[in-house]
Amino acid sequence: MIKEKLFKYLTQAAALCSVVFLFGIIFSIFKEGYAIFAEVGFFKFLFGKSWHPTHYPPEFGILPLIISSLVVTSGALIVSVPLGVGSAIYISELAHPKAKEFLKPLVELLAGVPSVIYGLFGMAFLGPFVSRVFGLPIGLNAFTASIILGVMVVPIISSISEDAINSIPRQLREASFALGANKWETIIKVVLPAAKSGVISSVVLGFGRAIGETMVVLMVAGGATAIPRSIFKPVRPMTSAIAAEMGETTMGSSHFHALFGIAIVLFIVTFVLNLITEWVMRTKGRNGT
Amino acid sequence: MKKFKMFLLLFVLMSAVFTGSNSLYAASKSITITGSTTVLPIAQMAAEAFMDIHEDISVSVRGGGSGVGIAALIDGRADIADASRPIKTKEIMLAREKGVDPYANVVARDGLAIVVHPDVPVDSISIEDLKKIFTGEIENWKDLGGPDKAIVTISRDYSSGTFEVFKELVLEGAKVSDGALMLASNKAVATTVSITPYSIGYIGLGYLSDEVKALKVDGVVASEETVRKGEYKLARPLFMYTNGEPSGIIKTFMDFVFSPQGQGIAMEVGFVPVK
Repeated sequence: MIKEKLFKYLTQAAALCSVVFLFGIIFSIFKEGYAIFAEVGFFKFLFGKSWHPTHYPPEFGILPLIISSLVVTSGALIVSVPLGVGSAIYISELAHPKAKEFLKPLVELLAGVPSVIYGLFGMAFLGPFVSRVFGLPIGLNAFTASIILGVMVVPIISSISEDAINSIPRQLREASFALGANKWETIIKVVLPAAKSGVISSVVLGFGRAIGETMVVLMVAGGATAIPRSIFKPVRPMTSAIAAEMGETTMGSSHFHALFGIAIVLFIVTFVLNLITEWVMRTKGRNGT
Repeated sequence: MKKFKMFLLLFVLMSAVFTGSNSLYAASKSITITGSTTVLPIAQMAAEAFMDIHEDISVSVRGGGSGVGIAALIDGRADIADASRPIKTKEIMLAREKGVDPYANVVARDGLAIVVHPDVPVDSISIEDLKKIFTGEIENWKDLGGPDKAIVTISRDYSSGTFEVFKELVLEGAKVSDGALMLASNKAVATTVSITPYSIGYIGLGYLSDEVKALKVDGVVASEETVRKGEYKLARPLFMYTNGEPSGIIKTFMDFVFSPQGQGIAMEVGFVPVK
């Protein structure tokens, strides 16, 4: 009896830890970051077009960083959604069981590659390759970063979509076949719509993963702070600005607070994305299947 | 015989415990060094060599950046702060508030080499033209007597000590061009310049290699000799800040850094000795 209670409290404490960590993180980034909103002004910080934090006088406009993040992340989704959803459909619907046994762990292995290795690959191989093929002066740009981020996100989209597709009852497919639909029609018109909520949330999660990824964009995106005029320009996503500038900045300076301000923006974006995922999974999931 | 063996074993164990505890007590004096990644190699190698001589003092060295180092010194978490830039007024004020008196020890000098991709047919550049390139006023090599190719400008990150020095020595208060690539380390700049045709960047002297071409600046080659003689203009001091003038074991360590052996270490890792 005592043992059981003890066990319950221990696990409860473990669960509460996450809550404590979450609120601790929220508290500390808001505590350090709010000063910049007070100093620069909310709109000037979010929509200012110039990021020159160590210039005199400093300029703290993070619009170029936000746009850079969005460009790179959208590019990553353009690469990863077709690849991820496609491989999920193949693995769960079409592949021979042997091929499935082989492919599934392989895709998951892709998720286990440390991001710094992706970054090295992008810096040393893909970057120079992109600059040669497209005749660009520099291969470290939004395009290269998008491709690498896209590949990194594939396993997330693929495995969650695959779970969703797998959870569609067999009867649904059989009914479709019985009505004379072939395999292609069944997948496109019956299975995918039924698995919609899972597929959508996999994409939203993938988006969250891509926008929060730091190492790859730090190494591959180039880091220029101009608002990019094309996807072949070097960009500076929010995460890489924080990672690159935090180490050497003066603690307690406006620059320091501004980096926490970026962290707040990033945190809110990923938080909202997670809420959307939860919401799609819960409400749509119930109606859909 | 058996008893003797037991006794022997006991004796060995006891002596092990005693010598163990001896060295434990001996190493109780410690120095903590934190800060600039530029100064890190000097601090690290000096610490190792220092501990070989003074077995009773342990020196732990960490990176983190100039800002982190100085903040640690102010908070009392570090005895020595490595910095690749002079301490700022704001930091001095903060230190005074906490009763810390940052004292600058210049332990070596570093030259900023201007490097280009080996295929760039330009060998020399003036500081004035450098400024124009990095502020975006000159965007093509043809304006500098080179081919009609766009210049790829590569800079260090806004808050790096290297950027700070470049800003002061070259940009003179002007803003760096928005189109310049901002990279996170000396190594990243060196690598990117070496694989990007028509690119230009700046790195510490210690990072020069055959894969990039160093330009003469105002007609002077970047080398240890020209930096030491004060002929090469893009040079900076490297600091180890202490709380007040060094004393006690911190003085012992600083004296070691300034000794011929310590300065030899600075030279070995690519910097220019000051003594």
